[in-house]
Amino acid sequence: MKNFKDAAHLFRLAAVFLVGFVVFLVVRSFLVPRSFGRYGHYRANAIAEIAALPISYAGHQACTDCHSDIVEVKSKGVHKGVACESCHGPEAAHVQDPGSVIPAKLDTSLLCPRCHEVNIAKPKGFPQVETAEHSGGAACNTCHQPHSPAIGTGGN
Amino acid sequence: MDITRRRLLILLPAAAVAWKYVLAGTPEAAPNYHMSEHWWAMLIDIPKCIGCGSCVRACQLENHVPDGYFRTWVERYHVDDWQMEYPKVDSPDGGKEGFPASKETGGKNFFVPKLCNHCADSPCTQVCPVGATFITPDGVVLVDQSYCLGCRYCIQACPYGCRFLNPETKTANKCTLCYHRITKGLTTACCEVCPTGARQLANLKDPNDPIHEFLKTHSVQVLKPYMATGAKCFYAGLDGSVR
Amino acid sequence: MYPNEVELQWSVLIVLYPFITGLVAGAFILASLERVFRVEAVKPTYRLALLTALAFLLVAPLPLQLHLGHPERSFEMYLTPHRSSAMAMFGFVYLWYLLAVLVVEIWLDYRQDIVLLSQTTSGWKRLLYRALTLGSNNISPRSLEIDERAGWLVTLIGIPSAFLLHGYVGFIFGSVKANPWWSSPLMPVVFLFSAMVSGIAVVMLLYMLVTFLRRQAIDMRCVDTIAKYLLYIFIIDFSLEMLDLIHRIYEADESFRSLDFMVHTRLYFSQVVLQIFVGTLTPIFLLGLTQVVRLTPAIRKKIYTIAGCLTLIGIFAMRWNVVIGGQLFSKSFLGYTTYKMGFVTREGLLPAIVLTILPFVILWVLVKLLPPWPERTSGPLSDATPAR
Repeated sequence: MKNFKDAAHLFRLAAVFLVGFVVFLVVRSFLVPRSFGRYGHYRANAIAEIAALPISYAGHQACTDCHSDIVEVKSKGVHKGVACESCHGPEAAHVQDPGSVIPAKLDTSLLCPRCHEVNIAKPKGFPQVETAEHSGGAACNTCHQPHSPAIGTGGN
Repeated sequence: MDITRRRLLILLPAAAVAWKYVLAGTPEAAPNYHMSEHWWAMLIDIPKCIGCGSCVRACQLENHVPDGYFRTWVERYHVDDWQMEYPKVDSPDGGKEGFPASKETGGKNFFVPKLCNHCADSPCTQVCPVGATFITPDGVVLVDQSYCLGCRYCIQACPYGCRFLNPETKTANKCTLCYHRITKGLTTACCEVCPTGARQLANLKDPNDPIHEFLKTHSVQVLKPYMATGAKCFYAGLDGSVR
Repeated sequence: MYPNEVELQWSVLIVLYPFITGLVAGAFILASLERVFRVEAVKPTYRLALLTALAFLLVAPLPLQLHLGHPERSFEMYLTPHRSSAMAMFGFVYLWYLLAVLVVEIWLDYRQDIVLLSQTTSGWKRLLYRALTLGSNNISPRSLEIDERAGWLVTLIGIPSAFLLHGYVGFIFGSVKANPWWSSPLMPVVFLFSAMVSGIAVVMLLYMLVTFLRRQAIDMRCVDTIAKYLLYIFIIDFSLEMLDLIHRIYEADESFRSLDFMVHTRLYFSQVVLQIFVGTLTPIFLLGLTQVVRLTPAIRKKIYTIAGCLTLIGIFAMRWNVVIGGQLFSKSFLGYTTYKMGFVTREGLLPAIVLTILPFVILWVLVKLLPPWPERTSGPLSDATPAR
C-alpha cells in the first residue's frame, strides 16, 4: 500500500490521459460525417453531391430532338461524327429554355482553322489547309456549308 | 429562325423531352443508374487526335476550371528519328486554343491528350490523410470538395501531373470523368466535343461496349505502366517517347 | 512540363517542418544518451535538451497549418485518419510523442521542482504550478525513485518514438513513387540521421549560449562529448547521402539526366555549396580536427560554435534540397520550373522566419517556468536535486 501512495501521482497522470481519450471519442462520434465509410474510407454523400453538379453541354441527343433536319444534313457529310456542341459550344441552357437562350452565330474564320489549319503533327489523312493561301482571307462558310462541308453538296 | 408563339408551342414539349437527357438534380432523378453496373474507363486513339483543343475548352466550360489549371490537356510531340528518349514536347496553355505551327520539320509528330487516368490502384487515394479523395464503386476517382484539407499530398503523389490545387476553393481538383454527366447517360464533355472520336468513354463492365473489341484488335498502352497504378485510360498507338 | 506542374505545391514552410521535427528528434536523442545510455558527461544538457525538444515540437504543426488550404479541417486527420497515408499516421505519432513521451518525461523529471514551486510562488504562477502537480504533493524519496524508474522507461520508449517521429517524415517523401528525387528506402534513414545531427548541434549551441549568458563556466567535458557524438553521427549521415548519390550516378536511370542537370544548375548553390561543402564537409573537418589535434578549450569552443552553426545551415539546406528540389523538375523529365517564394504571404519567407524564431521564444518562457539549473545559493529551489 505504501507503494501505491508513492505512485499515486502516476495514477492521476494516467487518469488525465484516460479522460482526454474518452473526451476525444465522444467528440469524434459527433464530428465524423454520418455517411463516412459506407462504401470505403470516404464520405459516401460526396458521390451524390458530385453527381448533382450542373451540366453545361447538353449532348448531341438533345439537339436531334428539335433540330433533326440539320442533323440529317450533317449525317450525310464528313462532319457526321462531329457533335453539334463541338462547334456551337455548351448549349444546355438553350435546351432548357430555347426561347430566351439563343446560341451565338459562329465566326467560321476563327472556328474552322482550329481543326483544319495545317500542322505537322496532325494525322496525314486529315483535311488541313494553310487558311491564308486556301481562302485568301474569305470566311470559310463563303464556300463550305459547315454542317456538310464538302464542295459540291451545295455550298452556303 | 423566328420564335413565333406557334413554333414555341411545338418546340417546348420537344425541349422537355430533350431536357430529360440534361436533368440537373440528384441522382434520384436518374434512378436507373447503378454504380455496380459500371467500371468506367477511357480510350484515346492517338492517330485520330488532331490537337484542336476542343476537349480542353469543353472541360473548362463544363467544370468551371480556373485559367492556368487543367483537368485535361493536349501535348504535342516531336521525335527526331531514333531519339526516343529526348522528344520535344510543348503544350501551349494546355493546347486549349490548339497549337501554333511547329518550328520543327521532319521527324515524327503527334498529339497526346492527357487526363486523370482514374487508376484502379491509385497512389493519390493511397496518400490522402483523411479520405477526401477516393475511388467510387464504379471506378471514378473523385475529390470530396467539402472534406479536402488542401494538404496537396495527392498532387505530389500523382505520377501523371493531372491534379492541381484550385485557387478558389483551396482544395485538390482534377478530372472527375464528368461524373455528373456519365451517371445520367451522357458522355464526358471532352468525348462529346472531340470531332474525330479520338476520345471515347468506356464502361468496362458492359459486355457490349465497343472498347472490348477495340482492345482485342489494337495495340494499347497506359501511361507509365511501370508505376503499376492500374491506370484505366487506354492509349491506342502510343509512341514509346511519350512521357 | 505537365501544365499543372508549373506551380510548386509545397513551400518553404514544408521545408521548415522537417527541420523543426528533426531538431526535436535530435535533441531528444541527446537527452536519452544520458538517461538510458548513462553517458554522464552530457548531464548538464539533459533538461535543456528536453525543453528544447518541447519548444520546437509545439511549433512544429504551425507551418503545416499555415500551408493547408483548409486548416479548419485539419482535425479530420484525427477523426478519419486514412490508415494507408503516412501523413495521417503522423497526427498520431506526433500526439503520442508530444503527450506520452515528451510531456510525461519532462513532468516526471521536474515534478519535485513543480511541487516546490507551487508552494513558494504566488499569483498566476502558483495556479499554474498547482495545476501541473495534478493535485499530488508527494515528493518523498520513494516517490522520486518511482519517478526515476518511470522516466527511464519513458525515455526507453521515447527513443524509438523519436525515430518514428522523424523517420516517418522521411517516409512521407520516400514513399512517393511518382517522384524519383524522393522515392528511396534510404530517405527515412537519411532524414533521421540528419535530424540527429541538427538536434545535437542545436542543443550544443544553446547550452554554450545559455551558459555564457548565465555567466557560468561551460563544462568542457560535456561539450567535448557532445561534439564527439555529433561528429560520429555526421559521418554516418554523410555516408548515407553519398551512398544515395553514388547509387544514382551509377545506375543512371530514366530520371538521372533530368536530376543531374537540376543539381548542376538550379540546385547547385543549395546542394553542392551549402549542403555538402559548407554544411557537411566543413563541420566534419572542424570537428575531426578537435579529435586529432590538441587544442585549447577557447579554440575548441570557437570551433564548436562555428561547426554547430554551419551544421544547422547545412541541414536546413538538405531539407530545402529535398522538398523544393523535388518539385523543381518535371515528372516528365522534360522541363523545370522555378520556386517563387513570397515574403509577406501566407507561405512566404516572413512567416518562415517568424516560425523559426518562435521556438526560441517559447524555450525562453519554458526556461523561466521550469529552470533547468535551479539556483544553488538562494531561491525556492535551493534544496532541490541538482540538475541532471
